Amino acid sequence: MQDTTSIPMIEVNNLTKYYGEYPAIENLSFTVNKGEILGFLGPNAAGKTTTMRVLTGFMPPTSGSAKIAGFDVVDQSLEVRRRIGYLPETVPLYTEMSVTDYLDFMGQIRGMDKQWRRRRIDEVIGICRLGEYRSSLIGKLSKGFRQRVGIAQAILHEPEVLILDEPTIGIDPIQVVETRNLIKGLGGEHTIILSTHILPEVSMVCKRVIIIHEGQVVAVDKPENLSGRLRGSEHIEVDIRGPAAQVMTALRDIPGVQEVTRTDSGDVGSYDIETASGADLGEHISTLVHQRGWGLLRLQPIQMSLEEIFLSLTVTESDSA
Amino acid sequence: MKNTLSIAWKETRTYFVSPMAYIIMAVYAGLAAYYFVTSISGVLPEATIRGYIFPSTFIFTLLAPIITMRLLAEEQKMGTLELLMTSPVRDYEIVLGKFLAAMASLLSLLVPTVYLVILLTLFATPDMGPILSAYLGLVFFGMAALSVGLFASSLSGNQIVAAVLAMGILLILSIVDLTSSYAGGIFTELVLQISITTHLESFVRGVIDTHDLIYYVIFTTFMLFLTVRSLESRRWR
Repeated sequence: MQDTTSIPMIEVNNLTKYYGEYPAIENLSFTVNKGEILGFLGPNAAGKTTTMRVLTGFMPPTSGSAKIAGFDVVDQSLEVRRRIGYLPETVPLYTEMSVTDYLDFMGQIRGMDKQWRRRRIDEVIGICRLGEYRSSLIGKLSKGFRQRVGIAQAILHEPEVLILDEPTIGIDPIQVVETRNLIKGLGGEHTIILSTHILPEVSMVCKRVIIIHEGQVVAVDKPENLSGRLRGSEHIEVDIRGPAAQVMTALRDIPGVQEVTRTDSGDVGSYDIETASGADLGEHISTLVHQRGWGLLRLQPIQMSLEEIFLSLTVTESDSA
Repeated sequence: MKNTLSIAWKETRTYFVSPMAYIIMAVYAGLAAYYFVTSISGVLPEATIRGYIFPSTFIFTLLAPIITMRLLAEEQKMGTLELLMTSPVRDYEIVLGKFLAAMASLLSLLVPTVYLVILLTLFATPDMGPILSAYLGLVFFGMAALSVGLFASSLSGNQIVAAVLAMGILLILSIVDLTSSYAGGIFTELVLQISITTHLESFVRGVIDTHDLIYYVIFTTFMLFLTVRSLESRRWR
């Protein structure tokens, strides 16, 4: 469902950046269309931050090129910087300033005139729900509110492109949900790149995902396709009170179960059950345990961690090669 | 230009909100008053402010780095430099803005000492020419000292490192002329010309020598140029 016109806002071509001998990113290429929210997924040190720093003109690439709104990030850096809103990983704030003073300063150095600044500061304070804290010193705000101030400065000057480096890290779960909704609402008029290492976050917010690992693109796809591709198997962890050997065989006999491993012995045993993708055996297991008269103490479907996803991706990739 | 002024204004506000501004001001006012009183308490006192202008050079080599140490080092440490450098602001505008703010802080140090000049005019009839030129010289000296401080602040994310480095450079530059008697030939003249304190002498005598003015202007420009370069080099690391 590509409703917005597909005008490329961010074009990255064979981008490579070396720190000394060590390549942080290698031959990265991708395009983001106007109004799209692109998820940038990868474990720590995958090259997410480096890519973003190159895109924002903070550092030049070793080779390759990147364009934002048609402007080259190296040769037309100032034009690029006029068009982007950027939230770095460590939220850059002047802790001794008040929220409004800080936003006003950020507006000034982005060339916003006084009226525009006044109007937008009120707007972003509303959007980011900072109303009560508008004249508080930033240093006195909690981590979650600082994050909101960071987002407020990024969207203040109504930039065409938003680059957000792990915007939901380190804030409490309620604020995470709010922040995600906020970002979701910003898509459409803004083009957004969002980096994260939380998989569900990407599927909730983004229309398209790029997974990078060790500086290289491992996969580019829509989140739903990606999870389909990734779900080779699923895991369920259960704690069952009952005779270990019998429990093991009974669990193995459930259709769809591929592997059962016992992780903890004793009266109550913990079992890790690997099932075929989409099998959804939770109900099955609980009925079985009930019928046999054992005790079911815990049943927990395990979401695949990013590391496992990378593992599965790299494995499938080398298998097909 | 607008960006420069925005940055300068922001830094000036931050400086005067912090207790540091008033501590430094009090320290300088106290020391200046002390040197002033001792200089006019002699048997044949002169109605001049020389008594505190010369010691001020030494005081400034210690205070200027404290004024400037925050300016770029803290931006690096807090990550706000990344924000500044990804805003549509040129690197030299950042440096110039910071420098202007540092100048404002330095000028604020001199304000309380006007009281000493007023005292002088109440009890004697001082020659105002040398007093004004001495102040002008001190401002130029301070400008050079701040530029060294700003450069040092661009090199490190640690304020203490920045301050100590700047103090070291300034101390060497202000005592280098003492080696003139040991150096021979062209070097005698060279060390005298390099020293940032020797160029203040004619100002205190009441002479505004363009050669000294140019020295301070070139020195400051060069240090600010190095600061811009140092900031730019962060992009390439």
